[in-house]
Formats: sequence, structure tokens, C-alpha cells
Amino acid sequence: MEFCLSNDQAMMQETIQRTLERVCPLERVRQAAASHETRAADVWAALTEIGVPGLIIPEEHGGVGLTLLDAALAAEALGRSVAPVPFAASAVMAPLALMGAGSPAQQAEWLPRLAAGEAVAGVAVAEHASGARDGAGVAAANGRLSGKALFALDAGAADVFVVADRAGGLHLVSADAPSLTRTALTSIDATRSIAELDFADTPAEPLAARDPAPVLRRMIDAGRLALAADILGAGQRMIEKAVDYAAERRQFGRVIGSFQAVKHLCAEMAAELEPCRALIWYAGYAFDEDAERASLMAAHAKAHLSEVGTFVARTATEVHGGMGFTDLLGLHYWFKRVGFDRQMLGGPERVRQDAAAFQGWA
Amino acid sequence: MDLAYGPKYEAFRDEVRAFLAAHKDQAPRGGEQTMAGGRAWQKLLIEHGYAARTIPRAYGGYGAEPDILESRIIAEEFVAAGAPMGMANQGISMLVPTLLELGTEEQRKQWIGPTIRGEVIWCQGYSEPGSGSDLASLKTRASEDGDDFLINGQKIWTSTAHLADMIFCLVRTEPDAPKHQGISYLLFSMKTPGIEVRPLVTMTGAAEFNEVFFTDVRVPKSQIVGERGQGWQVANATLKHERGMLGDPNQAGSRLKALIELARTETVGGERLIDNPVWRDRLLKLQARVYAMEFHGLRLLTGRLKGEAPGLPGLIVKLMGCELNHQLAAFAIDALGELGVLYGESPHLRNHGNWQRNYMFDLGLIIGGGTAQIQKNIISERGLGMPREPKPAS
Repeated sequence: MEFCLSNDQAMMQETIQRTLERVCPLERVRQAAASHETRAADVWAALTEIGVPGLIIPEEHGGVGLTLLDAALAAEALGRSVAPVPFAASAVMAPLALMGAGSPAQQAEWLPRLAAGEAVAGVAVAEHASGARDGAGVAAANGRLSGKALFALDAGAADVFVVADRAGGLHLVSADAPSLTRTALTSIDATRSIAELDFADTPAEPLAARDPAPVLRRMIDAGRLALAADILGAGQRMIEKAVDYAAERRQFGRVIGSFQAVKHLCAEMAAELEPCRALIWYAGYAFDEDAERASLMAAHAKAHLSEVGTFVARTATEVHGGMGFTDLLGLHYWFKRVGFDRQMLGGPERVRQDAAAFQGWA
Repeated sequence: MDLAYGPKYEAFRDEVRAFLAAHKDQAPRGGEQTMAGGRAWQKLLIEHGYAARTIPRAYGGYGAEPDILESRIIAEEFVAAGAPMGMANQGISMLVPTLLELGTEEQRKQWIGPTIRGEVIWCQGYSEPGSGSDLASLKTRASEDGDDFLINGQKIWTSTAHLADMIFCLVRTEPDAPKHQGISYLLFSMKTPGIEVRPLVTMTGAAEFNEVFFTDVRVPKSQIVGERGQGWQVANATLKHERGMLGDPNQAGSRLKALIELARTETVGGERLIDNPVWRDRLLKLQARVYAMEFHGLRLLTGRLKGEAPGLPGLIVKLMGCELNHQLAAFAIDALGELGVLYGESPHLRNHGNWQRNYMFDLGLIIGGGTAQIQKNIISERGLGMPREPKPAS
């Protein structure tokens, strides 16, 4: 009976965190945001050196061969540093698509390049994860795609896309396919990239699995968990920043952290966020070990972390007073990161609808 | 991550199951429990190590080494079999650990055995009308009179005082000392002349607590636990045991199950509540919280098995666990609409009125045992290292 991280897992997470503290301080995030880099080359190179892009890719394809729980720990570290690099789609969802539904040739073509950080994969499954907006929908016929996909994740630097068609079939589309139009969507979160993909009879390679539905399900579950873990890391850092700020800022002749009105806000944030860690761990564990509840736990993790993350983001900002609202402090990068994570792959209400369905309630 | 207990513990689980299969029919039945029946069951449990498991044999216990997983398995199997667990009153859960830690050999010999067998029932005399969160300001006075103390004052929130044989009580023996250093921890009989117990009716309509009044109550000085003036330290050893009892995630789990059942069976205008998206969404929000606290409990359990200090994760359990239980009861009341206000013996009453009773009683638990606000002070100061409130100039 051991419900905790292994020493290897704790060390792996600390290595990623240390690396990011070195190569990705807030000033680097600001630069990346100003220059619209969502794969900051130096940060990406440092993360590649320690295996992050290939964390769950099997060793035979050049990856590290770890589990989704390990990927969640990496996502937590990335959220903590608001790192401007691809992850949820390129390092988690796309590898799962290839590993679960790709032919040996497709796997051999893409997995080693993704693991080595030489290629980035975007993923367009919003229609299935959160529902079609603005007439989105992709039709597949005879190896070609038509229509549009919205909110493709990790899209800016992508060399290839994994696209779900309306029926749930999965396809690989080269980013430089001539009849594919990629339009960046500007969001609050300057550290991540999303795009609209417009297909006009665009050549696509179907992923080979006979029944892609379970693979698509796994991709969405894993993506939700990665986003939830990103919120955990971002939220944890915001609490630390609030506590640190409250220990320095003086008003009425004392540090504001000695006022109960401020202390209680910090206590509420910590009390809400701390059990989320165990929920993330269990959802990661369930993905590999408790198949019956894997989708439910991923949904609960995503919805609950979104709610708690939103509470922490606004409360930590309030603890910082007027400074929290400014660009000078940069706290808003974390605020926006949480806001982005909350909406992608289904906001809490939508994800809870799925959680109901997974239990036969709807 | 490994959530299996392993073969050694599964063998232990089999033992517990075999015991329950063989003896469950001797358990007192709910509703008609007699003191005698309860004591006979308790005696049987102690003999087999399913109650007073880690209390040394010299004091009447079973004498096993503490083993968190064994305790957990016992609890799981008793719950699964619907068999009553060993007694868990304030004497057993709070006084006995305190005596083991700080009592004299004579006190341990005298009190632990009868207490764990249910022959002596205790109540706890801590809170006073003027000393709730600021417990150390308590004023019940123990003045010296020869070899005795004479006790005058009042206690409140004293559950089971009307049934208790004995009280463990905080009194002020050194009125001129700083407030934390003038308190002593005394044990005395509730039959002592000068004690009056008045039931305290709460918002639930039941007298779950009492007020206890002391007028010249004579207690031999020898009935002190720990040193004179050290009662605050002794009491803190006890409070540590109390906090562990509140905010139990297993209770939230079983309450959630009942809520799901309610949502599946109750209908409004022919529609099941669970088919209504508004109720379903609120139920799912609660379910996520229950899971989070359940897994948080597993994380804390693992930490205890490794001998780690619980730290911040441990400090939040009372606040979050009590609040969650309260919210679960609130859901049932809201989902029942007008039926939710029915109480007492009303027609159409659901669940014997327990949703309302729990909703009210849980608010008491949010306040009692360290209010939510005190918990937030503790979380921010001890868990997050934030500065203490400056002492007012006096």
C-alpha cells in the first residue's frame, strides 16, 4: 500500500522544475509572449535534453517509456513555470494516438521525431472533447478531409496534426499540406498556441486502428489530465507568490500577511488545492491501472482543478492587491494559463456531462 | 503507486472476516443496544484484538504493535459486515492515549482497563462559556484546601456528561501565572457532591451536549495528570487525538452513495433527479470533492506508514472534511424541495429526517473542535508559515 510518488518520479519532476527555473524565468516568458513564441527554442532544447517531449513514448521509438502519471508530473512543472512550449497535444495526446492507432510505419515516422523534439504534433479534437462551435466539423472521404477544426492544440509550431473527423475517425495531416489553412487564434494565454484548421479536400493519412473510438477517448482523457495537472502547478505557484507577497507588503504598519483577512484567503487556497494533488495522482494511476474509472477520474480531475484553479487564480491576484492587476508583476501569466486550461478540451460543465455519461447517469 | 495491501495483510483480512463470520451474531443490534450487550461485545473484540488493539496487555488491552493498515482493514471489514466497531467514546479515544503518554503508572493501572471495557464512561471538561476558541483563558478555578482542590466554575459542550462516571477536566490552579501555564488536568468522579449537569438542547432539537456546573467540588490533589500548571500541554496531547477523529473521508463516501441513491429514486413531476441536468451537475461537483478527499486520505495514510509528519496536507482535513459533509447534506435537502424541510415524525419524511439533522449537526462540527476560522489560522501559520496575528497591546 503506497499512494505516493516514487523516488524516481519525485526526482524526475524536480529535474524538470529546476531546468525550467534556470531556462524559463518570468523574463523569458515575457520575451516569448512578446515575440509570439509558443515553442521557445532554448526552453524546448533544455526540456528535450531531459526527455520531456518523449516522456510517454516507448524507448524503442526513442522516448523514455513512462506513464501518464509521469506526464502529469511534467505538466505540473510546466504549469508552475508557465513554460511557453508544446506539451498536452504534442507530448501526450498525439503520441497516444500514434501508439494506439498508428501503423508501424506511421509510428516509426513520427514517434522518434516527436521524442527527439525535432517535430511538434498538433491535435484537433475539440469537436469531440467540448462540442462543435461556429460550425466546426471535419468530413473524411477517400483519404481527404474537408471542413474546419477549431482550437487545434499546440498548433503554431506543429509539423503534423492528428485530426478527428466528425465520426471520430483519426487522421494524420501534414502541416504543409497545400490545401490546409492554419489560422492562429489569439487567446489570453500567450504561452500556448491554438489554431483553426481549414481543410479543402486536404490529403490525410487515416490512422490504422479498426476502431478508433477507444483511442480518441484515451487521447481526450489524457489531454484533460495534462491540462488539469498544468493548473495544479500554476495554482501552487500562485499560492506561493501570494504568501511571499503578503510577507513583504506592509500597510497600516504591519505586513499584510499578519491580517486574518489575508491569511484566511491563503489558507482557503491551500485547503482547496492540496486535495487536488491526490486527485491528479489517482487519475494518472487510474489511466493505466483502473481502466474502468480512468475516464471518470480524468473528467473529475479536469473539472475540479478548473474550478479550484479559477478560485486560486483570482484569490491570489486579490492578495497581491493592485499590483496583482498590473503587468509589472506578471502574475497574470499564471492567471491566464489557468483560464486557458479551464476552457480547452471541455470546461467544467461540459466535462461533468461526460462524467455523468461515464457512470450511466445520462 | 501501489494500492494493493499485499499477501501479509490480505491474510490478516481473512482472519478478520473469519472472526466476523463466526461471531457477528453476538453483536448488539442497532437500536436495542444495552450497556451490558455493548460491554460483552467489547470484551470479545478486545480478546481478539479488534478493539484496544495497541493498548498494552498490562493495562487490559490486546498488546499488538501499532499497525495502521491492520487498523484500517479491521475498520473496512467491520463496516462491510455491518458489525459495530469497538467502542469509541471520549474516554477511549482521548483520555486513554493521554494517560499512556503522560499518566502515572498508578493512573494507567486504575483507569485504562475499566475505560476500554466500557465500565467507566468519561466526559471531557474543556470549553467554558467564556473560553471557546481561546480555551487557554478558561476560568474554572481549583483552589487549594489541604490535600484537596476545591473546584468552582462552569463547563459547556460536555457531551455524555449525563451518562458519565468520570470527567477529565481542565481547571485553573495558578491564577497569577500566564494563561497557558496556570492550568491543571484533573480526573474526578461525576458523582462528587457539588456537580450539576444541565442538558444543552441544540438547533437539532436534541440535547447532544450539557452544561456542567461546579460548586465547591472537592478533588484530591493526587488526581492530577502531569505536573501542576502543565495541564495545557497535557490537553494538547489529547486534542491531537480529537482532530484525527473529525473530517473522516469515509463518512463522506458513504453519504455520497446515499445521495446518488436519492437522486436515482426521487422524482419530481415524474422526472428522476439524476435525469435533471441541474441536480446532476451539482451532484457531480460533490462527487469530485469526495474523490479528492478520499485520495487525499490515501496520501496521508501513506505518509503515516512512512512515519512522515502530515504537515499542510494533514492540517486541512478538519476544515475540508467537515465542510464537505455539510455540503452533502445540503444537497439532499435542496434536492428534496419542500420535502427537505420535513422533520420529526412528519408524513412524507425522508431518511428519518437525518439529512436535516446532519445538516444542522455538521454545522456544529464545523464550529466545534476548532472553528473553521481557527483552522484557517492554523493552516496559514503552521502550514504556510505566515505571521501570527500581533498580540493586542494590553
